[in-house]
Amino acid sequence: MSREDVLVTAEWAEENLETAGVVFVEVDEDTSAYDGGHIPGAVKIDWKTELQDPVRRDFVDRAGFEKLLSAKGIGNDDKVVLYGGNNNWFAAYAYWYFKLYGHQNVQLLDGGRKKWELDGRQLSKDSVTRDATEYKAQEQDPAIRAFRDEVVEAISAKNLVDVRSPDEFSGKLLAPAHLPQEQAQRAGHIPSAINVPWSKAANEDGTFRSSDELRELYKEAGIDEGKATIAYCRIGERSSHTWFALHELLGYSDVKNYDGSWTEYGSLVGVPVEIGPGAK
Amino acid sequence: MTDGCGAPEQTATLPASVDIEKETVLNGKVTADGVAVGGAYVRLLDASGEFTAEVVSSPDGDFRFFAAPGSWTVRALHRSGNGETKVTADGPGLHPVAVSVG
Repeated sequence: MSREDVLVTAEWAEENLETAGVVFVEVDEDTSAYDGGHIPGAVKIDWKTELQDPVRRDFVDRAGFEKLLSAKGIGNDDKVVLYGGNNNWFAAYAYWYFKLYGHQNVQLLDGGRKKWELDGRQLSKDSVTRDATEYKAQEQDPAIRAFRDEVVEAISAKNLVDVRSPDEFSGKLLAPAHLPQEQAQRAGHIPSAINVPWSKAANEDGTFRSSDELRELYKEAGIDEGKATIAYCRIGERSSHTWFALHELLGYSDVKNYDGSWTEYGSLVGVPVEIGPGAK
Repeated sequence: MTDGCGAPEQTATLPASVDIEKETVLNGKVTADGVAVGGAYVRLLDASGEFTAEVVSSPDGDFRFFAAPGSWTVRALHRSGNGETKVTADGPGLHPVAVSVG
């Protein structure tokens, strides 16, 4: 798989806004940005209300995903180009989610909404409607999603990549610095995890670093290329960004995203927790 | 329902739930020639220049970070230009920051 198979540039996107079979989808936790102006023709997916189960902590199930994509007018044969704010975190999460349910023809817009805006490219407030489809999803692909028991077993056995900021990793902060810090879970990280903040995989404008830079970054941080890898953060979106870098851009074969992440692990009774800057 | 890590709406006044006896809040405004700049990408960098967090300024140019005591750089990116400023927070409380771009 090459970079061009998984990422599109803003230039390419601008030239293909009206190409048949290409659907642009803006994904974010807060969709007010979309409502204030989006890429012309793009539909929106609300990460919080449309991709998460409203009661339990889990994703919408297969039937729910089929219903969502059908209503958005996305067909099984469409090329889906995802983008969003927050440096594409939620778009990367949606990308992983599309792959999880078997939609292979999906790409990320490199740099997401930030790059598009910083370039001064066109945004539209027109409402977008697409004809409904009969979307069919696959069973979830367990090869790319990690659950808690597997994570505990991975301590000192697989690569664990904690992609939160150094202060969250060490236990000084419990959430990213744009959020209040009162949280229920314990602070710290999973023992043996290496800390490679997601932001190191991105340039200032939100685009991904080159594959050479990424490979060097993870190697230097101590990733063992011969072992399987599990990425985690606080809730699973920042680690989707790193999962994308490791699995889609670098082509590492066995990489899972642990979407339970620290809000689950840090609340488990009896599991080991490490604080401080880590071994490295 | 689980909340993600996305940035909340940026406002000049703090939500009532925030306890500034405990939180170290960097609160500020992005301007260009004295005029508020909304839609700027405001990045919080730690003392070593490492990225920590990013929010988008409100239509009135407002932004806010929940940091920890220490030295920080606040850097703003906008299609009209970039700018940055340094701020030191010696403890919990409200620490004002002003960043001009262009």
